[in-house]
Amino acid sequence: MRGRTLGALGAALILGWLLVLVVGPRVAPYAVRQVDLLARLRPPSADHYFGTDALGRDVFSRVLVGTRVSLPSGFAVALLAAVVGTLYGAVAAYAGAKAEEAMMRVTDLFLSFPPLLLAMAIAAALGKGVTNTIVAMAVVWWPKYARVARSLVLVQRSVEYVEAARALGDGPARTLLRHIVPNAVGPIVVLLTLDVGNSMITFAGLSFLGLGVVPPTPEWGAMVADGQVLIEQWWVSTFPGLAIFTVVVGFNFLGDALRDWLDPRARRQ
Amino acid sequence: MRLRYVATRVVASALMAVAATLVVFLIAHSVPADPILAQLGDKASANPETVARFRARWALDRPLWAQYGIFLARLAQGDLGESIASRRPVLADIAQYAPATIELATLAAVLTLLAGVPLGVLAAVKRDTWLDHATRLGCLVGVSAPTFWLAFIVLALFYGGLEIAPSPGRLDAGAVPPLPVTGLFLADSLLAGDWATLRSALAHMVLPAAVLAASTVGLITRTTRAAMLEVLGQDYIRVARAKGLTEGGVVGGHAVPNALIPVVTLGGLAYAELLAGTVLTETIFSWPGLGRYTYQSAIALDFPAIMGVTLLVAVVYLAMNFAVDLSYLWLDPRVARR
Repeated sequence: MRGRTLGALGAALILGWLLVLVVGPRVAPYAVRQVDLLARLRPPSADHYFGTDALGRDVFSRVLVGTRVSLPSGFAVALLAAVVGTLYGAVAAYAGAKAEEAMMRVTDLFLSFPPLLLAMAIAAALGKGVTNTIVAMAVVWWPKYARVARSLVLVQRSVEYVEAARALGDGPARTLLRHIVPNAVGPIVVLLTLDVGNSMITFAGLSFLGLGVVPPTPEWGAMVADGQVLIEQWWVSTFPGLAIFTVVVGFNFLGDALRDWLDPRARRQ
Repeated sequence: MRLRYVATRVVASALMAVAATLVVFLIAHSVPADPILAQLGDKASANPETVARFRARWALDRPLWAQYGIFLARLAQGDLGESIASRRPVLADIAQYAPATIELATLAAVLTLLAGVPLGVLAAVKRDTWLDHATRLGCLVGVSAPTFWLAFIVLALFYGGLEIAPSPGRLDAGAVPPLPVTGLFLADSLLAGDWATLRSALAHMVLPAAVLAASTVGLITRTTRAAMLEVLGQDYIRVARAKGLTEGGVVGGHAVPNALIPVVTLGGLAYAELLAGTVLTETIFSWPGLGRYTYQSAIALDFPAIMGVTLLVAVVYLAMNFAVDLSYLWLDPRVARR
């Protein structure tokens, strides 16, 4: 029961932020690049709900418009990684013992680094920019999907309906795409939901380090970095961080509830 | 038999670590970025003679396979080469920055275990009560907070607002660090019997370590809970209860030891990740650790330094995996018998 409440709360948070993504730029009270040096570092007030930053820009407007970078990029990384990783893992499970061994060793290599560190090195080499950062993250993000997909396909391979499909003359590619992948997709979706939040945090982290967006594009991680030394003017960093936090909480609540719902052992109770 | 198992694992891990450097080498060199611009600046980069000398100095004019060959040949002699940015041996750089991170990550790991395991056990024993729900909520909220933001919030609150926490950094500004023996401030000040420095160093570590722990404690708690639930459903627990053991004896004597195996696995990995992944927390807390060093090397395209840190991180990861597997021998008699 409790899990379902949290799941609904998570879904509501995500929907709320999606709404902001759609209407954000239109309802933002100020232009995000509007520098006003006379209104620098103003605390939150009726004029500026979230205060202003060191250049006098309205933090509230920048948080609203920031959805345009932060949400799609975190989602893009997770989705890209899920598609590439699932196909890779599925092919590995199907490729025969030797090729499978070699392919899974490659994923082990990628998993022997902390993702943030490797993504940081790649992003630094590729240079700033949203696309570059997404690519850098996707390079380190796919192996966990490959692992899960491989084990799911290994289980599915020996299930009766797959054997039936093969007996009816379906080739390996058709069996894989039409029968196995659709049936293995549930756990992947749960992993994806739990992972989107994680990927948004990491994207924001790279941005925070100065490896994400090119300023003055409003992006939440970069905005936290802008205010990191302004301890007295806490609002500059606090609100963009709160935005990341609430989105990620949304995805984690929803993912957790989905996992319980799909896991028969948890559902029985 | 067991010796042979250990030996094969050591060799396999060493090969994996070297293979990992190849992955990073290829990635680092497959991008169009040029360390020359990053290192020399615009003006010097315009001078072809300077550029040629720079390339020859760091063997950047050689083919890629030759560059990697040079790296391997040096590695065989225990030499990681020289950092382009600091002009010092990479090994010396690492030795300088690593202790700060080791100290911080270790304290964070200890905090994580001290909080995570009891919470997980409690959540499992009191399943479906408000305590279980509250733990679950806390874990989900904890893993959802970006570390760099959490670090900022606690710093703004406890240092800026309440003024009960010391300034960022390993010691107060201007304080003399203890005589370096291990590089770990806690150990060094203890060795020197310098209680004031010990207290100050510990006080400076509390906030960053707590922030790091907050990001990993959720995982440990959830894993402990799941493992405990699994174990509590086993027949031998029913037997123990039937024997008339107290509930505390059942949980403490039978359930917890058997539930520890997955916790050890994830704990080991989380510790490895803490050792390598503290860059964000280090940035906010002005912590001169390995994370900052890696970040600066990556920005400067300092290839020797990047390769050195990569190797170190891969070795730490593999060693931690190995240590985890070895601990099974001790935790799970079934593994030992094989």
